Amino acid sequence: MADLLEVTGVTKQFGGLAALEAVTLSVGKGEIYGLIGPNGAGKTTLFNCMTGLYSVTAGRILLDGAPVHNRKPHEIVRRGFARTFQNIRLFANMTALENVMVGGHIRSRAGILGAILRNPRTRAEEAQLRRKASELMEFVGLRGKGRTLAGHLAYGDQRRLEIARALATEPKLLALDEPVAGMNPAERRQMSDLFRRLRDSGITLLLIEHDVKLVMGLCDRVAVLDYGRKIAEGGPESVQQDRAVIEAYLGVDEGTG
Amino acid sequence: MPKWLRLPPPVAFLLLAITLILLPFLTGATLGNSWVRVLDFVLLYVMLALGLNIVVGYAGLLDLGYVAFYAIGAYLYAWLASPHFGLHLPFWAILPLGALLAGFFGVLLGAPTLRLRGDYLAIVTLGFGEIIRIFMNNLNAPFNLTNGPQGINLIDPVALGPLIFKGNHHLFGFKLTAPYLYYYLFLAFTLATIVIAMRLQNSRIGRAWAALREDEVAAAAMGVNTRNVKLLAFAMGATFGGLAGGLFASFQGFISPESFNLWESILILCMIVLGGMGHIPGVILGAVMLTVLPEALRYLGDWQRAALGHVVVDPNDLRMLIFGLALVLMMIYRPAGLIPSRQRRREFAAEDGVAEQEQADLYDAKV
Repeated sequence: MADLLEVTGVTKQFGGLAALEAVTLSVGKGEIYGLIGPNGAGKTTLFNCMTGLYSVTAGRILLDGAPVHNRKPHEIVRRGFARTFQNIRLFANMTALENVMVGGHIRSRAGILGAILRNPRTRAEEAQLRRKASELMEFVGLRGKGRTLAGHLAYGDQRRLEIARALATEPKLLALDEPVAGMNPAERRQMSDLFRRLRDSGITLLLIEHDVKLVMGLCDRVAVLDYGRKIAEGGPESVQQDRAVIEAYLGVDEGTG
Repeated sequence: MPKWLRLPPPVAFLLLAITLILLPFLTGATLGNSWVRVLDFVLLYVMLALGLNIVVGYAGLLDLGYVAFYAIGAYLYAWLASPHFGLHLPFWAILPLGALLAGFFGVLLGAPTLRLRGDYLAIVTLGFGEIIRIFMNNLNAPFNLTNGPQGINLIDPVALGPLIFKGNHHLFGFKLTAPYLYYYLFLAFTLATIVIAMRLQNSRIGRAWAALREDEVAAAAMGVNTRNVKLLAFAMGATFGGLAGGLFASFQGFISPESFNLWESILILCMIVLGGMGHIPGVILGAVMLTVLPEALRYLGDWQRAALGHVVVDPNDLRMLIFGLALVLMMIYRPAGLIPSRQRRREFAAEDGVAEQEQADLYDAKV
């Protein structure tokens, strides 16, 4: 079976600086795949390349066998690849429900004429969007908060809302950029549960996370980035034992090295 | 609003309808017929402000060249219904054409500015507005398209069947002059504009505009085709501008490039900002106030004569001074606008003031 996401030799340069150097990895359908590495290793850059916010300097990215590198973000979303942001980027002055409904934009069709005429088809579509958005809010644990402005939600709820909004795009692959950052242990457990439920519902997860315990307990496979290179990949245990990984995180001891 | 002032919706609606219908007669009887013309302009500016509000208020794209679309609608009307080319098409045929042409120019302006935002977009749109005006000023040779600075005269008034919006008409014993007739025509167009603006705001496209305004990167990453949605905002805003332009040309009977200068664009933007950006009742109030206030201040000369016996300061000088002062005071005391939307009020009330996110850093792809 072909992998859902295949990243081959992806390089990203900012001027003379290579943020990613020939990164190759692949994510299989139904996996929870972790991406870890020290600060500045290029994890978020890789996310941005995969979701069309950055162009890639070299290499290719295939989603379900179709190239998505250097495509526009909305085209990649249409193919079934959604994401969240490390520094939460909600539409702060829209209600929580409206935020999720924007996620449904790509899966709905009403245009200007529909908006002006409010014909039955537009109204039906609008009702469907609204219903689906509330279902997703409930799924991520935000029941009853639909009318709150997104910017007024508690921090953890904002992270959940970002996930609901991404789910509204009906993704096959959901990329989460540090989704539990700043959460307490109880919240982290809830989020782990949520990720498992997502996986069970058939969505493949790609996870950037600093919480090693969470990554090790949750992910089927893990890739480690350091200075824009992939230095290890494999099951959580084998990666944890990997010498290069330990060095990347703890530094090389010059005296004995 | 105090509770005793709240009326059941049907009653309030009926009262509003009666007021709007009787307004020109009440105004004409109390303030004089020149004020009926002011009412007409109020309605035109409400339309213009609601149109610009789509671009600025809904989609968050700062457009300082909006008057260009007004000019395009007006000139198209003049070309197709005046002795200038000897064409005399009916108004209901020209207005949609003017709206379409202006919408097309909206896309034309939008296309090269897709990657610009904030101040940069404002500068480019400002340039666009000036280019159109200067074109109109100079296109009298080699082929006389616009008649240059003299403008185009003797534009046909609106005609609804046998009813020509010119001279005096009598209806149920009332004398109706052209400004009265135009009032009702403009009122119909304004009401339609309000309904359309409301429906657009509360729709799939309206949400995409709001998402674009809030965070363009996130909007793109959530599947909004930011290019199309921006062009759509420019086109929709321009369409209303073109429509208002056509109405303006028929109402005035004369247009020249002078009517479409930068001041007009800024005035319309002021209406939106003052009233409450993105919020329809606010925008309407802003348009009403900024049209009525300068007219009311024309009486400054009379007031001076009444109070002091003679005119001390030329009312025309004083008028703009006070107008400017009023703008400054309103912005100081109501920074979110006179009737801000719920969201904007909160945005301004937020103590940390983090309304704007820095987002330019995350954007090197062509969206």
